[in-house]
Amino acid sequence: MGTARSEKIAGWVIRGATYSIVFVIASIIGTIVWNGVPAISWEFLTAMPRNSGAQGGILPAIAGTLLLVAGTVAIALPLGMATAIYLSEYAKAGRFTRAIRLAIVTLAGVPSIVFGLFGLGLFVIFLQFGASLIAGCLTLACMILPTIIVASEEALRAVPKGFREGSLALGATKWQTIRRNVLPYSVGGMLTGSILGIGRAAGETAPILLTVAAFYLPRLPKSIFDQVMALPYHLYILVTQHPEADKVRPMAYGTALVLIVLVLGVNLAAILSRIHIRRKYRW
Amino acid sequence: MERAWKEKAIKLFFVSTASTSILIVLSIFVFLGKEGGPFLAEPGADELIGTRWIPVSFQKESYGILPLVAGSALVTVLAMILTIPFGVGAAVYISELARPIEREILKPFVEVLAGIPSVVIGFFGLVMLVPIIKWCFSLSSGLTALAGAMLLGLMAIPTVISISEDAIRSVPGSYKAASLALGASRMQTIWCVTVPAALPGIIAAVMLGTGRVIGETMAVMMVTGNAAVITASPFESVRTMTATIAAEMGEVAFGSDHYRALFCVGIVLLLATFVLNMVAQRVLKRYRMG
Repeated sequence: MGTARSEKIAGWVIRGATYSIVFVIASIIGTIVWNGVPAISWEFLTAMPRNSGAQGGILPAIAGTLLLVAGTVAIALPLGMATAIYLSEYAKAGRFTRAIRLAIVTLAGVPSIVFGLFGLGLFVIFLQFGASLIAGCLTLACMILPTIIVASEEALRAVPKGFREGSLALGATKWQTIRRNVLPYSVGGMLTGSILGIGRAAGETAPILLTVAAFYLPRLPKSIFDQVMALPYHLYILVTQHPEADKVRPMAYGTALVLIVLVLGVNLAAILSRIHIRRKYRW
Repeated sequence: MERAWKEKAIKLFFVSTASTSILIVLSIFVFLGKEGGPFLAEPGADELIGTRWIPVSFQKESYGILPLVAGSALVTVLAMILTIPFGVGAAVYISELARPIEREILKPFVEVLAGIPSVVIGFFGLVMLVPIIKWCFSLSSGLTALAGAMLLGLMAIPTVISISEDAIRSVPGSYKAASLALGASRMQTIWCVTVPAALPGIIAAVMLGTGRVIGETMAVMMVTGNAAVITASPFESVRTMTATIAAEMGEVAFGSDHYRALFCVGIVLLLATFVLNMVAQRVLKRYRMG
């Protein structure tokens, strides 16, 4: 039975391809965790860096990344959700709607370094914010906007039509319908989907390289026009730019570990809450 | 009456927020053009299509972007050669062969890969992959186009898998049933019926993955060695467009030729990814209609 055998072999080949991907992912995470855990200490997480990052902690980088993420979310989330509400509840097929969809698809494909150039040209130079927290947040917000819009629209469309029709039939206005009968059932899904964008904002380096990140700044920012350090950029510096790159390897592993715990933690929360929402709302 | 006004105002608010996306896209083109455009007038566009990128020099600087384009192209082609068999294979496996429980585990795993920051992947590449490449091919340095391509291929895999899987899943069950009923085996059905039927979706997936690879910056900058030379060898160091912008923008004087040349590189990148994306969307749309 030649066929039966070649069937089996073909099956094992693509199974092998799939599991080799799993193996690579596991070894990346494994390497970082294995080497990173010994570097983590209370001092590492809460102290200022000393001696250009070779000693001390990474507090300003952690704080910088958290501030960047918070600012980005504060800008992108309302904007993205409102756009999704427009697309799902108000938009009619036509030129304007097509233009918005085209813009979203285009934004989703723009390379992150190009967002960096754009942020540099518009926020840092033209609007004269300088390299600052606010310029970085605005740049990252533009970058994650498409993720939030697409996820939120999907959540809104998952609410059955009958919910809207019932409310409209009782004489409620469009906005009353949206606010009382659509948003309550979709806001969880909207947030869940958006979390993936938030994880991306925390991990991206290229855009903040040009708009906000400081090479070495052992203090916390005082205003939104200050520069900040950030975890991904700090890792990049420790690995490739530091004069004693080999000596600071433990610091680099520690920084990488904090970064992936942050990003993957956020993503894991999204995956779990998605499962929860799927169980909760079934119509 | 008042109620009607309020409804109108609310609608207007949503229209204006939705317009922001259009505004952002337009201003990306405008501001890249504004900062990069003057280079085309002075020193001129033919300076850009040179074969030497020497932005800092005691004699004469030259801003030929061809080595950077060649570097990006080499890394991208190699990355896609590596990604396509693994990505499409995994998509077939997850959608057609995996048991349900296996699928529930594999899919989040791939999502995790999509979530790992590129700088972390670059770090991993530098400490694990680069020494292995150096040792395997007995090179003087492992910082090569191949190292960049392997990392980028890995980063494109989640995109390729998720979109291909959608395409494979949306092939009507009757196609498979007909094939099986005619006596074709499971593998024959997959490779001769299901995959060809899903091919437009798979092609779009590969194109979107390519877009992601061309635009990737940090990982590739950390492992390719960044030598601006034109080569077709995977074992040489190359410098991509993205890495050039990221590495040099920090040191240029605002408004200098070098500064404007870097924005021109950004425009080339933007146009390349824009075209790839548009074509991929066309393919996806036509496919969904059919």
